[in-house]
Amino acid sequence: MASNIRPAGVFDTSYAQDMKINRTRTSRFLANAAFVAVLLLPLLTAEGGLGLSVVPAVWVGIVVRIAIYTIAVIGLNILMGYTGQISLGHAAFVGVGAYSGALMARLWGIPFWIAVPLAGLFTALVGLLFGLPSLRVKGFYLAMATLAAQFIIPWLMRYPMERLTNGSRPLEVPDPQFFGFSFGPQVVMYYLIIPLAVLMAFLARNLTRSRVGRALISVRDNDLAAELLGINVFRYKLLAFFVSSFYAGVAGALWAFDIGSLSLDKFNLALSIEFLAMLIIGGAGFPLGPLFGVAFINILRENIIPNVVSNFKVVLPNVFPFIAVADVESSLVPFLFGLALVIFLIVEPRGLAYRWEILRIAWKIRPYAY
Amino acid sequence: MEVNIVADREKLNMPVKLRVDNISLSFGGIKALRNVSFDINEGEILAVIGPNGAGKTSLTNSINGFYTPQEGTIYFEGKPINHLPPYKRAKLGISRTFQNIALYTNATVLDNLMAARHIHMKATNLITGAIFYGVAQREEIEHRRRVEEIIDFLEMESIRKTTVGALSYGLRKRVELGRALALEPTLLLLDEPMAGMNVEEKEDMARFIIDIHERQGTTIMIIEHDIGLVMDISHRIVVLDFGQKISEGTPQQIRHDERVIKAYLGQEA
Repeated sequence: MASNIRPAGVFDTSYAQDMKINRTRTSRFLANAAFVAVLLLPLLTAEGGLGLSVVPAVWVGIVVRIAIYTIAVIGLNILMGYTGQISLGHAAFVGVGAYSGALMARLWGIPFWIAVPLAGLFTALVGLLFGLPSLRVKGFYLAMATLAAQFIIPWLMRYPMERLTNGSRPLEVPDPQFFGFSFGPQVVMYYLIIPLAVLMAFLARNLTRSRVGRALISVRDNDLAAELLGINVFRYKLLAFFVSSFYAGVAGALWAFDIGSLSLDKFNLALSIEFLAMLIIGGAGFPLGPLFGVAFINILRENIIPNVVSNFKVVLPNVFPFIAVADVESSLVPFLFGLALVIFLIVEPRGLAYRWEILRIAWKIRPYAY
Repeated sequence: MEVNIVADREKLNMPVKLRVDNISLSFGGIKALRNVSFDINEGEILAVIGPNGAGKTSLTNSINGFYTPQEGTIYFEGKPINHLPPYKRAKLGISRTFQNIALYTNATVLDNLMAARHIHMKATNLITGAIFYGVAQREEIEHRRRVEEIIDFLEMESIRKTTVGALSYGLRKRVELGRALALEPTLLLLDEPMAGMNVEEKEDMARFIIDIHERQGTTIMIIEHDIGLVMDISHRIVVLDFGQKISEGTPQQIRHDERVIKAYLGQEA
């Protein structure tokens, strides 16, 4: 990618300048604008206390969920996008994080701000264990090995650990405690989770542009060459599993505290596949890929598809009398979802983030593509 | 006509850098290497030649630790390295290029070279890397300087931020040489660095190899099919055929060796 193209008149005079994430005025402006918009969003709703209701209140919840999912998918991006190790067990790791965070708060009353990183670390260790097969197998065979995690972990939590996890019944999660304050309302959770998500994204971005990230990319692009050039390939594969599961664990714990009630059915293979779909649609191996993918799929599922379906519910049974109203919804939702994915994979297989890079270049070299 | 660019033949008396002692390597019933022994002396350019399938690349892979010979020992600077995994051999200062280019295709030229600085960048780990500002950035800049020297030396300034996948074959070969150099090797293994190049590109590459040798005194083992070129730039030549060493000596000796002429250059023309 020639994303390092500079617009006319922007020159680097030091290596530090060359390494900046937001080098041009436009990209700094965009980053700041996005930051301010996200910060102001809850204040603009009816619950914001300013008496404005410019933005529907559901958006607060949607953005929180996008943030939590993004943390999880950033983890998957490090493992799959940067290190090239396919994982079909990511949802199980998110589940481990959710349940370990919730149990820490329930059993020992550990405060929110300690429980979240601890849940992350615990999940990272579990991920390390399930990353061990990567020593021997790669590609689809590794995907099969991680699929084992997706089945073993929920099973373990459902049956042998039933007394802790409530098995098939939902597990109530206490409201997060933070220096004695209890967080209930969505708006407060928002201001807790969004900064954390920004921090996690920042750390991931840094990691992937440093020595560690280059080692991971080396493993992805050519593991033999990486080994012969001094990179301990197995160590870095495990490191990728560790970091990836850490992100999954943090996302899981945040999820637990956000929704307040956990059910094991959530963390199934379908969610793992959804994470994969989000990463691929967003752009695997791109820093912004996870955010784009998660936002796109969430908005598609929560806003676009319900709108389309509600229209079809009226139209279809009128045009074709043999179609029942109830069937329209149950069959059209997965159909439209699948259709959107297929169109994406055909039109932009490298993901939204790739398209974004192209747009950036086009903007930088405007008005003349010299 | 005899044109020898490298005239310092007195380097033949330097200490042994790498000793290959009686190694044999087989894959099932195929014997890739049979009782091969030779030394690479400190500071020399040693060429390994031989027909296709003679075992040249197997030999390089054995030195790297990618293959483990069933018999024999490889000594690097006097110490046996048979038991070391490849990445530890790289840390000793053995670097290489590949016959079929093995770059990190989706990364930029700069990142490819920086990735080879891995063993020298000790301050950046999981934590300092994630924080980046401070320790990691300082180290990044320090090593960027070294990498820029290599980019300058190999005349790759214009492509430093181009993704390797977008480069031509000749340039990729050059990037690969740059990556091997970024590791700061004391022993450089070049597996057919000029394969598939035109005369001009070959001359460039030969110039780079000689420059590396003269500037840094790097010991170089080169596998190459272009006999004329090998004769010009190497101090000594080892000839392999069907996994066996059939001759070893200065270019002069090799040129007149009956067995070499028979095996490599074909029956008397």
